[in-house]
Amino acid sequence: MYDAPASEQKVNQKSTKIAANKVQVFYGDTHAIKDVDVQIEDKTVTAFIGPSGCGKSTFLRCLNRMNDTIDVCRVKGEILLDGEDIYDPKVDPVQLRAKVGMVFQKPNPFPKSIYDNIAYGPRIHGLAKNKADLDEIVEKSLRRGAIWNEVKDRLHAPGTGLSGGQQQRLCIARAVATEPEVLLMDEPCSALDPIATGQVEELIDELRENYSVVIVTHSMQQAARVSQKTAFFHLGNLVEYGETGQIFTNPVDPRTESYITGRIG
Amino acid sequence: MSAFWILIIVLALAAVGYVLGRQRAMASAGGDSRHLHSLPAYYGYNVSLSVLVPALGLLVLWLIAQPIVIERSVKTMIPEETYTDAGALNLIMSDVRRVANGLDLAVERGALTSEQAGSIRTEFTNIRERLGSVGVALGSDVQREVLTAAQSYRAMNATGNLIRAVLVLALAAAGFGYAYMRTDRDFRARNVVERVLLSMLVFAASIAILTTVGIVLSLVFNTVEFFKLYPWTEFFFGLTWSPSFGGGSDLGILPLFWGTFYISLIALAVAVPIGLFAAVYLSEYASPAVRAFAKPLLEVLAGIPTIVYGLFALLTVGPALVAIFGRDGALGVQWMGGGTAVMTAGLVMGIMLIPFVSSLSDDIINAVPQAMRDGSLGLGATKSETIKQVVLPAALPGIVGAILLAASRAIGETMIVVLGAGAAARLSLNPFEAMTTVTAKIVSQLTGDADFASPEALVAFALGMTLFVITLGLNIFALWIVRKYREQYE
Repeated sequence: MYDAPASEQKVNQKSTKIAANKVQVFYGDTHAIKDVDVQIEDKTVTAFIGPSGCGKSTFLRCLNRMNDTIDVCRVKGEILLDGEDIYDPKVDPVQLRAKVGMVFQKPNPFPKSIYDNIAYGPRIHGLAKNKADLDEIVEKSLRRGAIWNEVKDRLHAPGTGLSGGQQQRLCIARAVATEPEVLLMDEPCSALDPIATGQVEELIDELRENYSVVIVTHSMQQAARVSQKTAFFHLGNLVEYGETGQIFTNPVDPRTESYITGRIG
Repeated sequence: MSAFWILIIVLALAAVGYVLGRQRAMASAGGDSRHLHSLPAYYGYNVSLSVLVPALGLLVLWLIAQPIVIERSVKTMIPEETYTDAGALNLIMSDVRRVANGLDLAVERGALTSEQAGSIRTEFTNIRERLGSVGVALGSDVQREVLTAAQSYRAMNATGNLIRAVLVLALAAAGFGYAYMRTDRDFRARNVVERVLLSMLVFAASIAILTTVGIVLSLVFNTVEFFKLYPWTEFFFGLTWSPSFGGGSDLGILPLFWGTFYISLIALAVAVPIGLFAAVYLSEYASPAVRAFAKPLLEVLAGIPTIVYGLFALLTVGPALVAIFGRDGALGVQWMGGGTAVMTAGLVMGIMLIPFVSSLSDDIINAVPQAMRDGSLGLGATKSETIKQVVLPAALPGIVGAILLAASRAIGETMIVVLGAGAAARLSLNPFEAMTTVTAKIVSQLTGDADFASPEALVAFALGMTLFVITLGLNIFALWIVRKYREQYE
């Protein structure tokens, strides 16, 4: 792992939210993730970049145990969330996922109204005492998702009727509504046009104030725009991890440099 | 010449046409198929189709029309004083046909020359004996007018067959010539063949639709006939069903309708929860190995003939229920008199419907995108919360469709009812009593000895029509539900 003396201090100022030690992931016989160590900081946007199939999405899905839903997937090593191992048998993956929210590549609003989409998580976890409480949570989440003004007059219209960019912001608002501590985003803009992408990126920047955000992206420009820390994955290895500016202007590993300049990938 | 030989000749002509058409096309292109508009085979097909389609079309029409025309003109030859009503005339006509066939056979066997067959008279010959000697048995002595009618029937048939052979073969030859002459390197044979194929497809589709229309019309006419004989208010609102073939029967549909409804309700109450839960298990929880094994096994249930289910109801379920609910049963109650009851038929029909509900629902649940499940699981929902709140609502339109399909099957089911529910038409709330359904009564009304013009037999058509309308309404309702939820969810 790369340690830049200048950025070291900055890193230490913020607390580590997620620490992964020697994480290995196997899909059946395929060794998808090899010996990944990474410290993800609180209130920071961390970007995972790398060519397709390098394991960045797989690793992201390890952080909230979404890989549990895949039968052939096995995870070794330890991942600590606030110092607790999330793969400990005592940990309930359902509780964990409430704490570590996730936004997916394709917007996937439920076939319900906008209101019910947002209220889904709070209802499941019993976050609202009464209807007024729930209304407040929905409004707050939609505001945080930067979509309140567009949908406030049609909260009971189906969420699937929104445009792609609106749907993705709705999904972010939905993830935010359960008050997670970490927000994982798996290529959240890959299905969106540039304008919607801009809106979502702006939103990610705002979310940084309250959450630790981890975003997987294929666009290096996007990583450079939204993230403070960047991790470069290649063939299942974490090649380089550090300050985003450092990675993009002065990468240490020759593979990182080749990828960023477009020679591999 | 018989129709069979005409068919053979036309087919042979078509085969020859294929070869010649292809050759002529190749010749016009100087032996190089690249100069042709279409592939060489299309020119062959074009000639074949030009031979086959008009000739066979005419042949089929002729085969349908000739007997009708001849029948009609022979009927006028029977003197009116020899019969009293249409039924008697039909009997005489079948005599005529039998005698005509007998004469044909006698000529074939050499017992009569064809001239003799045309000129013999009842006054001079005992036709019954002559025909009996070649193996044609007649019920009574042949009347003079029957014999003359039969003779002209034969004569007309012979002329008709001759004209038929000439016309069909001429048409085949004309088609051959026309298509053959048109065959040329620039002729767009492929487009022509495509168009003929298209019209064949349209023809096939219209036959299916016209048949449906025909079935409905026959139901409608007979139903109208029935309502002329029996007041519709008593049919729809009558509370008793007691047909007596001597006349004066009560033909109220309500007891039958209630039986149908009650049995279907019990069947759905069994099939929907079990089928739906099985579908949820198979699509959401079962490992691929279990699924690959269990799904086909469940679908085997759908392949069991309903008569076997009927036997199961009669021999196993009925007695088992009596052992529990019947006299001296395990519960000590006396709700059930015999093995045949609404409950017996309903339970067995429910078992029959399980694969319908589960298999269709399973496909529909599987079609819900994985992204929906991921989204819900990613918010910290458990698997069952995800299924209950996201997957099932998304799959609901399809599931409703599956259930209504099962309901249509339940309403139309006959065999299980006949064997499992008994034959008593009664209005009762006790599910352990014997009742019967609309379909079972249609069978018993039509398989009896009743005259087809009596209300007791015609009521079957009115019952069928009512059933048809109900099933149609159910299907329309299903479509409406599906569309309503689609609008909301997509």
